[in-house]
Amino acid sequence: MTVDIMTTPQHNDSLLRFMTCGSVDDGKSTLIGRLLFDTKTILADTLTQMEKTSKKRGMGAVDLSLLTDGLQAEREQGITIDVAYRYFSTGTRKYIIADAPGHEQYTRNMVTAASTANLAIILIDARKGVLTQTRRHSYLAHLVGIPHIVVAVNKMDLVDYDQAVFERIRADYLAFAEQIGLQRAGHDITFIPLSALNGDMIVDRGEGLDWYTGPTLIDLLESVPAAHSEQSEDFRFPVQFVCRPHASDDPELHDFRGFMGKVESGEIAVGDAVTALPSGQTSTVKAIQLGIEQLPTAITEQSVTLLLEDEIDISRGDMIVKTGAAPEPVKQIDAFVCWLSETPLSAARTYIIRHTTRESKAKVGEIAYKVDVNTLEELPTQGLAMNDIARISFRLAQPLMVDAYSRNRATGAFIVIDESTNNTVGAGMITG
Amino acid sequence: MSNLNKKTLSHLDWLESEAIHILREVAGQCSNPVLLFSGGKDSLCILRLAEKAFRPGRFPFPLMHIDTGHNYQEVINFRDQRAAELGERLIVRSVEDSMKRGTVVLKSEDESRNKHQSVTLLEAIEEFGFDCCIGGARRDEEKARAKERIMSFRDEFGQWDPKNQRPELWNLYNARSHKGENIRAFPISNWTEMDVWQYIEREQLQLPSIYFAHQRDVVMRNGSIFPVNVPLTTGEVINQPKAGEEVISMQVRFRTVGDITCTAPVISDADDVSKIVLETATTTITERGATRLDDQTSDASMEQRKKEGYF
Repeated sequence: MTVDIMTTPQHNDSLLRFMTCGSVDDGKSTLIGRLLFDTKTILADTLTQMEKTSKKRGMGAVDLSLLTDGLQAEREQGITIDVAYRYFSTGTRKYIIADAPGHEQYTRNMVTAASTANLAIILIDARKGVLTQTRRHSYLAHLVGIPHIVVAVNKMDLVDYDQAVFERIRADYLAFAEQIGLQRAGHDITFIPLSALNGDMIVDRGEGLDWYTGPTLIDLLESVPAAHSEQSEDFRFPVQFVCRPHASDDPELHDFRGFMGKVESGEIAVGDAVTALPSGQTSTVKAIQLGIEQLPTAITEQSVTLLLEDEIDISRGDMIVKTGAAPEPVKQIDAFVCWLSETPLSAARTYIIRHTTRESKAKVGEIAYKVDVNTLEELPTQGLAMNDIARISFRLAQPLMVDAYSRNRATGAFIVIDESTNNTVGAGMITG
Repeated sequence: MSNLNKKTLSHLDWLESEAIHILREVAGQCSNPVLLFSGGKDSLCILRLAEKAFRPGRFPFPLMHIDTGHNYQEVINFRDQRAAELGERLIVRSVEDSMKRGTVVLKSEDESRNKHQSVTLLEAIEEFGFDCCIGGARRDEEKARAKERIMSFRDEFGQWDPKNQRPELWNLYNARSHKGENIRAFPISNWTEMDVWQYIEREQLQLPSIYFAHQRDVVMRNGSIFPVNVPLTTGEVINQPKAGEEVISMQVRFRTVGDITCTAPVISDADDVSKIVLETATTTITERGATRLDDQTSDASMEQRKKEGYF
């Protein structure tokens, strides 16, 4: 298949966010470079710059991995220190790639990249097979709830495009996936043999992989549902901002009270019965607006303004849900937490937890165990340092309206903020 | 594969919804935000997004333009007209005032004032006590931007520390800051140049005329098309051709509008938005590569400027 970006993309197309996991040695940068190059996203001046740099570094051909070469600070140290976001379009779909460094020290970056991804490409070097880092990447993708996993067995050219190598890696990976429960309901794993360097099975099929009849990488990306991955269809609408334009001269606007937010899951229609949380007051949806435009319904991921029939007190941080399908406001949460800060977690301190649009002060309850991301062993621990992942409970000053992260990523996720520095120090996924 | 039957947003609707969410988070989390508005295409998209986010209410922030004094009159007029149509407050602070105060000192008369906007911006932030500036930067523009957060923290000197950015997960943005510190919020971070033009087309947004193909006097300078004899709103004419340069009239348009002294047009006959969308789909040069003379100095020049407080 060739991707033709010369045609103007249609407006009714979709968007897919995915991440790439692997190290430079696995050919991750080359893979991304290849995707951008073969979809004609790289423009002439960037290519010229890459040619110059390749020459300067004594390389013969243009090094596609230079495309993902980031900041001066990183080049000086020869490492990638942060998640980079890249974009390409095939004419039918727009893609956002979160490119995260793969090393163990960057667990926090992988979790960051995974948090917005609906698909993860896990790169395996065909010569090396399933490694410790493969397990780590897969575990993290699983933990952060990415529904679609693509295992890209790269460098097939270096193993003579041998089908047996590919099959052996597939079997090894599936055995491991079974062990960690990677293939739960609604989640899938696809295996693709490829060579990023030669461009085999990325956009074009190449010549060495005739025995493989599955999709190319780009075919797969094009066909994966771009739908929000939420398992839950319950309507969740955290209120971001309340619009009361009472100073207006327009008498129609005098009583206008619009609750502004984004539909995090489910759908809502005019006339639906709703409950405001945590107060528990009920009403009916009078109107749904986008700016001044009236809408009959709103779907997941849509930012809208809701108007209700009754005058009830709702402010930022409250949540509007459908009556009868409300989450229970809780004052204690159990979660897997990835620690993001160089300053270790202190059980004595009070933190701020931000969940949807709501904040609460929080204290650490119990640290049950931490997870060794390489062996997946549960280890006893007293504290939590950067890149650690642990199962922790928090006691909350304010009730939060939560769902289990496995059912609803938007209402199961939270961040931990250090009040003294205002830094984001932890990322949490609520269990249950 | 799961979820095949779920209704989803188109890519433009998704980007629009994300941007509205970001604007509302700024309004909900920050006490005194400001929207940077230049009259350029990206900031015009953000104005439309703000209308969708906050109407029928007023915007919960004023608009502000940091004027280098070297802007095309078409753009300045358009800026004023658009702010008036919206009925929103527009603040203008100028690099020339910073020069009079002595806080901006040019190395030479014809030095680009683009990078000096940082000084004037920081002065304005201090004057009004803004805790957040909303801007139209996009991650696809330049590689130093590819790692930029949607809510980006700046210390009290306006500096960006690429090694010490706040992690940003899910859509849980952290716009908290202490007094004197500052957040830069980028609602269209995930948009590409193509997305911007498609959105302009769909929303039928009006743009300053210099975005469309027009005849202009130019010279070829250092391999780029350089506009010459450009009149300012003050009546002054800048970008005089140098001795020996041949002035030619060319049909051009601007892909990006900025300081006259460092923004080059491209040859084009695209005189409406749909033609520009087509041209953008088939171009072979990046937006900044084609048009921003100040980014060509070195591979890391944007990163350097951002560290110094540039947008």
